[in-house]
Amino acid sequence: MTDLLYLVAVAPFTDMAGSPAFLVEVLLGGVFAGLMYSLVALGFVLIFKASGVFNFAQGVMVLFAALTLVGLLERGVPVVVALALTTAVMVALAFAIERLVLRPLVNQEHIILFMATIGLNFFLEGFGEMVWGANVKRLDIGIPDRSFIVRGVQINQLELTAALTAAVLVTVLALFFQKTRIGRALRAVADDHEAALSIGIPLKTIWVVVWSVAGVVAIVAGVMWGAKSGVQFSLSLIALKALPVLILGGFESVPGAIVGGLIIGVGEKVGEVYWGPLVGGAIENWFAYVLALAFLLARPQGLFGEKIIERV
Amino acid sequence: MSQPAPARPLLEVDGVSVRFGALVAVNRVSLAIAPGEILAIIGPNGAGKTTLLNAISGFYHPYEGRIAFDSTDRTMLSPPDVAALGIARTFQNVALFKGMTVLDNIMTGRLLKMRGSFLLEALYWGPARRQELEHRAFVERIIDFLEIQAIRKTPAGRLPYGLQKRVELARALAAEPKLLLLDEPMAGMNVEEKEDMCRFVLDTNQEFGTTIALIEHDMGVVMDISDRVVVLDYGCKIADGAPEHIRKDQAVLDAYLGVAHD
Repeated sequence: MTDLLYLVAVAPFTDMAGSPAFLVEVLLGGVFAGLMYSLVALGFVLIFKASGVFNFAQGVMVLFAALTLVGLLERGVPVVVALALTTAVMVALAFAIERLVLRPLVNQEHIILFMATIGLNFFLEGFGEMVWGANVKRLDIGIPDRSFIVRGVQINQLELTAALTAAVLVTVLALFFQKTRIGRALRAVADDHEAALSIGIPLKTIWVVVWSVAGVVAIVAGVMWGAKSGVQFSLSLIALKALPVLILGGFESVPGAIVGGLIIGVGEKVGEVYWGPLVGGAIENWFAYVLALAFLLARPQGLFGEKIIERV
Repeated sequence: MSQPAPARPLLEVDGVSVRFGALVAVNRVSLAIAPGEILAIIGPNGAGKTTLLNAISGFYHPYEGRIAFDSTDRTMLSPPDVAALGIARTFQNVALFKGMTVLDNIMTGRLLKMRGSFLLEALYWGPARRQELEHRAFVERIIDFLEIQAIRKTPAGRLPYGLQKRVELARALAAEPKLLLLDEPMAGMNVEEKEDMCRFVLDTNQEFGTTIALIEHDMGVVMDISDRVVVLDYGCKIADGAPEHIRKDQAVLDAYLGVAHD
């Protein structure tokens, strides 16, 4: 009994203290993975805030963006041009979704819109495969996947670039939504559609904007994951990891998506490395979901979500 | 004895019907609102008052008839376009942005007055900040006017009902509307709150010269503040005139009190 207690509650911490450089590496790896989860979760949050739609297709949008970018690069398009074109494609996609999916379904139940995004999910998956092929592709945007060592800590250049890009993107988005006129309009739409219409906010424009932003976020997430592990269909599955992030952070909170992603990213890496051997590994695969379950029991509105008080 | 020629109406509703399937909620209603007047729209429950207001503000589109604002036809506009013309409204069940502070709520009323591209706004701090400050100054005037200084930073959802109604009025006023549509601005208020609201409606009309159309059930309020009263019953207009005439109108009395069938 004391042995077990020692293994669970003491040994991992002595390990951490014994090799701080390794701990920092593990933490950095967790932060990297966490930022990627945050990016995908951010796409969900933006669309959910603005339209109350849970966009099931967010993961496939990540895949679609990555496929488009790789496809263009393979045809010899320079990186910068390819990124610009991919952005244009994602914005065009936002316009198309507003016109063909959202507008005909305006004032429908949320579940109907949710179903529509499931349809969108399959369409984009098939369309991407048709246009760009289904092979696993290597995505090379010119950032070497090399490591350098700072004070005994091994740092991967690609991961560092990805983390910095994600941090900048998240900061810019947060400023955009807190400080600009369109940010205020977006928060207004999220709160009350009718009132937003009555003060002259065109819902259609707002929808195009949020879907475009979600598309751009998808590009960044797609590029980062793709550069790390190749562009393949499993990329769309990271959307599943974004779900626990949303439960942790709250569906309507941008900071929640970021903090939630970091907690899950760091938590699963640390759990895997230090506690994994005790249970035969694979903690990384279920940690996020167990944590989400615990949150659903203890704090269903998430860390940053607003507690809903029903007046009776 | 010569009457002054009536001014050209600000809003003209001409033979407007609104139908929901087989139900005719508003049936060929015509009315005009003159610039600067306070018009009350009254009628029993289900008479079509809110439906008419929704048609004017673009939430419903008339099945027949036309609506003109400032002598321009605008029957089929969407709510944001109507707002852009200078028509602001409040809702029967307060429609505030509950998560935002009172100040932010009122600032949203200024969105249409703000200019400039979103991207410039995000990158280009100088002019964007100056614009924001100018709008803040105007909003502060409205906050003073409606005496809600104390709750500026409170999230709107936490306010008591009477104050929420007042904040909603403030948001509508922030748009500097030519025509203000108020859907039961005093519903569910106590006597004191009603008196305050009446004062604000009258002051708005006098100070800003805003034309106001309001739906109200409290007859005392209607008789006190309105220049003219339109009465709806079962979707039809049954009376239109000065409050003192409406009070004695037989059709109106019948609609409210019922008619003896004998």
